[in-house]
Parts: sequence; C-alpha cells; structure tokens
Amino acid sequence: MTTFEGYFRADGKAGTRNYVLIIPSVGCSQGAAQAIARGIKGAVFVPNILGCGQIGEDHAIVKRTLVGFGTNPNVFSVLVVGNGCEQLSAHSLGKAIASSGKKVEILVIQDMGTKKAISLGRRIVKEMCAEAMKLIREPIPVSELILGTECGGSDYTSGLASNPAVGAASDLLVAEGGTVILSETPEFIGAEHLVARRARTPEMAQQILNAVAWWERQSFLAGQNIREGNPSPGNIEGGLTTLEEKSLGCIYKGGTGPLEEVISYASSPTRKGLVFMDTPAHDIEQLTGMAAGGSQIIVFTTGRGTPIGSPIAPVIKITANRTTSRTMRANMDMDVSSIILGNEKVREAGSRIFQEIISVASGTLVKAEKLGYRDFCMFTVNINI
Amino acid sequence: MGYKAIVIDTKDNVATALTTLARGIRVAVEIHDREESILLRSNIPEGHKFALQDMEEGEPIIKYGEEIGQCTTKIFRGDYVHVHNVASQPKEGEI
Repeated sequence: MTTFEGYFRADGKAGTRNYVLIIPSVGCSQGAAQAIARGIKGAVFVPNILGCGQIGEDHAIVKRTLVGFGTNPNVFSVLVVGNGCEQLSAHSLGKAIASSGKKVEILVIQDMGTKKAISLGRRIVKEMCAEAMKLIREPIPVSELILGTECGGSDYTSGLASNPAVGAASDLLVAEGGTVILSETPEFIGAEHLVARRARTPEMAQQILNAVAWWERQSFLAGQNIREGNPSPGNIEGGLTTLEEKSLGCIYKGGTGPLEEVISYASSPTRKGLVFMDTPAHDIEQLTGMAAGGSQIIVFTTGRGTPIGSPIAPVIKITANRTTSRTMRANMDMDVSSIILGNEKVREAGSRIFQEIISVASGTLVKAEKLGYRDFCMFTVNINI
Repeated sequence: MGYKAIVIDTKDNVATALTTLARGIRVAVEIHDREESILLRSNIPEGHKFALQDMEEGEPIIKYGEEIGQCTTKIFRGDYVHVHNVASQPKEGEI
C-alpha cells in the first residue's frame, strides 16, 4: 500500500499540512483576522468577506464553506474572529468546527474592540502554532487523500495531454482506495449524458443532469446560451469537432472510474472513489469548494498558466504547454509537454503526477505556497442584501 | 518514441495529430498496448483527428473512451475526422 507522510487528526482524518487557521465569521472582522495572522509562521487567515447579508440557501453555503475550511484535515486548530452582530455568529461557526475534535477559540470584536482582539488573538495563535509544531508527520495510506482536480486557463494542450495525464493519476489514486473530486459543472454541458451514464445509481445520474440543467438555466436567465456556438469557430479550427469532445477534455481529468457520489458545493464526500461536486467553473470558487469539502491536495491543469493557490491546500500546477512552462516557470510545478512532443505516454506522465502528489502530500511545497498565494472566493446563488 | 499522434483512451477509434501530418505517410500509434501503423488518406492539421479503423455512417466516434459524435458518412482508416464527417447527436437531458 502506498503511503504519504502526513498528520493524523482527532477525527481519524489525515492532513498534508498543519495550519493554524484564523477565520473571520464575517467580512467586518476580516481586517482583525488578517492582523492576527500577520507574520506568525504556520498561521493563515481566510479572507472571508461574507457571513452577513446573505439570503436563502446562501446562509447554508457560507456556513458550510467556512466550517469546511476549519474542519479540513490540513488544519491543526482554529481561531474564529467575529464582529458580534453578524448573521453567522462566531460561536455557531466555532461550535460546528469544534465537532471535528479540533481546538477552537473564539474572539468577538464588539466585546473588546479590535486592538484588544488582535493582541489577544495573536497570543492565542502563537500558542496554537507552538502546539502544532510538536506534531510530527507519520506514514498514512494514500486512501486517506481526497484529491481535488481542476483546470483553468485551458488551451489545446489541456484536453490532449495534461487532463488525460491527471486522469491517469486519478485512476491510480482511486485504485489505491483514495478519493478524487471532479467538479466544474458548467464544463459538463454537452457531455452530461456521458458523465451521468457513469453514475453508480439512476438517482445519481439524474442529479448530474439536474445540476447541469441548473447552470444552463441560470445562464439563460442572464441572457447567455452556453450551448450555442460551442464549440466556437476557434475551437473547430483547433481540431475540436463537437461540444462532447470539448467537455470530455475537461472531464477526463477525473479518470475513467464510476461516479460514486454526487455532492453539493463545499460538502464532504462520504464515499471513496470518484466523486462529483457541483461547483462553478470559476477557478477560485471551485478551488474553495473542494478545499471546504475536505480536499487536502489539489491538482490544477493549465495551458495558458495560472498562479492561484489556496489558503489551506497545496495546489500542484501542471501544464503541457512548453512555452507556458518556460514563461511561468515560477508558477508551474510540473511540465508534461513531453506528451505533446510524443516523447512520453499519458500513463507515464500520470505516474509522474501520482508521485508528485505523494511528495507534495508529504510536505514538499508547491510554487503557489512558496509565493504565498492563498486565494479564496465562495460561490453563492443570490444577491447579498 | 517520438510519437506523432496520440490515442487517449484504449476504447478510442480516433487518434489526434501532435503535429501537422501529410497524406500518404504512415503514422505509428499505440492501440491497446500494441503499436500499429496507420496510412493517412488525407492531410491532418496539428490537433485534429484521424480514424484508426473503418466506420460506417451512424457509427460512434470514440475519444476519451466516450462517444463524441457519430459518422455522417462512411469513414476509412486513415481518414481525416472532423465536422465534415461527424455530427453530435441530440440527447436526453438537453434543454
């Protein structure tokens, strides 16, 4: 059995990183949360701007996302910083996170003002970081990993090489009993019937079709028909014949296994294997949803290149575009352009990616971590009041 | 090594050219772990597809191990496969 060197948690899960996380329960306490985290090694803060003014299902989405960040196995302990009068109270958020067995502390600005909250918060976080430093990495089966998959800034090399190579790596992880999250629902349009066919149950197949229909309906309401004129003339010139082909080029990064589960945005998988999470294709909203769903490591394929990272999960950037690999050397972690050059087979590149996943899960820093890029953006459905 | 075309999934019946390929040349591709040589019946631009086998009108075109469309005419092994001889099929679940 393949293992990685990770951190065991009280709830039986395992992390690839060991952060002390500072979560503002509302945008109003974001400044204080950021000030608390500043300069403390091992501490990161979540740049949350919501937590108040949401309507309808957005209440649940925001809470689920922030709780998901707090309970993610990459997090050692949590400080929640509230303002005091917000909808999503620091106490309810803290209580939900503490159910994972993690140490959680709560500070409310209206009880003491920001000056005191920041000095108190920094003392708490420094103590938490000292505790976190004592924990050592142990061998953990890769079956504990939840791998998030994502593509963005795509070009022809994505569908042809980097996504299939990640698909091969996904298959390897699933074969070892791990979990892979496939998401970006709007990218399924045109191939949703093919994805639905791979679902474990007819109910799940219907959930997939419904999810795609929802995104298509929302786009219609905004005056956009995604299907129309897709593949674009540029796509056709590049060799893409049908929308199915274009969409499959994205979907293939999840590998070839059956779909075991369909989960909503920022929810945690309850089954192993390939899992579909309903998310936007918006890179950072998708990344945030998968990290909130418990993903401890993410692979991100790109053609044109992208620098983004997550506050809590390492994001491995993979490109099969040789030019991008050179011009964005400071941002790209892996180059699989050898597939495009005909010098490496997809499954060979897939094995390389799988090895890189284990290495990064065991502590090797990715470029986005070295650069300190910790992007965060939550998906919501409605306007904020 | 130095493949000039890629077959992504073992179920695929098309390959994608990794470089522009000229009609009349033979291209090595790997099908089910076996290397085969395909004689190209047309020019294939980089990033475009050619057939690995003969196909009848209405037969599925398989790439990524899935049906990406159907032949609108008979296609021969080595033929250029694109919008002129493939169309996507209306399916359930479409709005």
